[in-house]
Amino acid sequence: MAIVSLREAINQAIDEEMARDERVFLMGEEVANYQGAYKVSQGLLQKWGPRRIVDTPIAETGFAGVGVGAAMVGLRPIIEFMTWNFSLVAYDQIVNNAAKMLSMSGGNFHVPIVFRGPGGAAHGLGATHSQALESVYAHFPGLKVVMPSNCKDAKGLLKTSIRDDNPIVFIESEVMYGDKGEIPDGEYTIPLGVGEVKKEGKDLTIVSWSKTLAHTVLKAVDVLQQELNVSIEVIDPRTIKPMDYDLIVDSVKKTNRLVIVEEGWPFAGVGAQISHEVTSRAFDYLDAPVERVTQEDVPLPYAHNLETLSLPNLDKIRTAVKKVLYID
Amino acid sequence: MKSAAAVAAKQNHSRLLGLSRETLLSWYDDMLLVRRFEEKCAQLYGMGKIMGFCHLYNGQEAVSTGAIKGALNPDDYVITAYRDHGQAISKGVDPKAILAELLGKYTGTTKGKGGSMHIFDRATNFLGGHAIIGGHIPLASGVGFAIKYRGEKKVCLCFMGDGATNIGAFHEALNLAGLWKLPVIFIIENNKYAMGTAVDRSSAVQDLHKKAIAYNIPSEVVNGMDVLEIYQKVKAAADRARATYEPTLLEIETYRFRGHSMSDPVHGVYRSKDEVEGRKQSDPIILLGETLKEEGLITDQYFDEAEKRIKKIVEECVEFAENSPDPPVDELWEDVYFEGKGE
Repeated sequence: MAIVSLREAINQAIDEEMARDERVFLMGEEVANYQGAYKVSQGLLQKWGPRRIVDTPIAETGFAGVGVGAAMVGLRPIIEFMTWNFSLVAYDQIVNNAAKMLSMSGGNFHVPIVFRGPGGAAHGLGATHSQALESVYAHFPGLKVVMPSNCKDAKGLLKTSIRDDNPIVFIESEVMYGDKGEIPDGEYTIPLGVGEVKKEGKDLTIVSWSKTLAHTVLKAVDVLQQELNVSIEVIDPRTIKPMDYDLIVDSVKKTNRLVIVEEGWPFAGVGAQISHEVTSRAFDYLDAPVERVTQEDVPLPYAHNLETLSLPNLDKIRTAVKKVLYID
Repeated sequence: MKSAAAVAAKQNHSRLLGLSRETLLSWYDDMLLVRRFEEKCAQLYGMGKIMGFCHLYNGQEAVSTGAIKGALNPDDYVITAYRDHGQAISKGVDPKAILAELLGKYTGTTKGKGGSMHIFDRATNFLGGHAIIGGHIPLASGVGFAIKYRGEKKVCLCFMGDGATNIGAFHEALNLAGLWKLPVIFIIENNKYAMGTAVDRSSAVQDLHKKAIAYNIPSEVVNGMDVLEIYQKVKAAADRARATYEPTLLEIETYRFRGHSMSDPVHGVYRSKDEVEGRKQSDPIILLGETLKEEGLITDQYFDEAEKRIKKIVEECVEFAENSPDPPVDELWEDVYFEGKGE
């Protein structure tokens, strides 16, 4: 076991897959000379050269489309968005070209491509730079959406994503790049669509992912278990699409209560989908309506107090937990 | 009274560029097949057998024939927009499968999933058939990137209409191709109208080829009614791309003899009947036929034989498509995710 940062874990995954497969290349803004806007690609230009570590102009539509075209004819691009917010400029390429190509071409052309970069809020970046877009991309058939919450998962899931034959939306977190964690020695991969029980418990289940899980939920669980004298099970689906519903449903059948905590907005969010699936498959097991904690339904403001108020936090999670447990 | 385009074409024809009779006749047949195929589509659309949007290529046949059938190698790539039947035929995609696709049949090019605007064929490197204006142009740069990445001597031909040159994707794709020297030949089929909006009402620069200057890409204007000139110019661009990876932009001045799609009349409110009739005096198929006759390669008898031969092919397409099965119900859930092994 080695201790690495999240950015090192992702760097290792890219480096190892480039060594394994000549068709893999990394393209994006500042990935080469600058060594990555968040230093994720540090050292890769020196190792692999400019043919495979490719700096682009600020042209998300252009270079996302270049990735799709290259993937159609047999390469396996990793396209880095400096943040997922900028993917909205390339939305047509991801949604109309990457996601639909296989189906619309009747199986003629598949698109093995990874779009990756940090998503969600950081600190004080304002409305355009703080968006959790997983529910948006998970909406489209043809895409898979992957969101690791720790170093081990990030490396294993990214390696699997690069080897996958479908377009992958791989969402990291800017504020997690420096987080340290253990990763196994040597080669390993983690399958997509398989969640993990982060912590066993018996009174209620919390589902959360990525930074919200790592930075907010796990800490809140420690506090609330003491404070309310309850046992909380925590599930990290790791992949938003395909979602590991079986794992969640099995957990709810045991705990009979469910809270979903996500950074995205409430309307048509990932939690709404999970809630529907659980209600549909385990209605008779539920002892309380499913509760959701989301970002408030507003563009995220800059001011620290308003930003904190808008995002999921301990107080909101406490309210939801007490509600499903009928604690006043 | 012949148009300037027609006169220019005839002068050029007198040389025949050293091409064999066999080659030239195959081009004539290709253009005629596209024309008769599209006329059959119009008929089937009127009968309600072709659904959705259907954009016909009548008048523009010399472009696909000269650029694709003429100038390309079989393993070169073609990607295009939604007016794609003619280009698919010229690339060698089976016209029976194209017509079956238009009828939404399982034997179609995409098993009935794409329809008229989304013809794809892996076997002939025909990369679609794309219906969001300009959205496919960055893909062409990506194909060029892959060709260069692998050190191949192929080219990618990317067709678009005049209207596509006003959208951002066009400019980003050209900038990347110019910046990185990608072997892509961008072809603007300037048929004067983006649906019903004339070029001078949509583009600040009306010489569309000049847009390539901003991206350091060589560009030229080509007479779109002259299959020989189109062949010549695209071949030169392809040779250059194979040797140096340098991209090219060609503005091919053409004209569509029918409406934008089957949903609008031939001339509509945005152009006059006189204009359309005048342009038809430069019919690229007739111009090539006259040249071949004047050069003594064929007699009038050839025209009749060709018509019969092409008519039979189109009839076979219809028969094949009509007798093909609908996609099976299970097909609805197929091809959403690729179950491959990393190939």
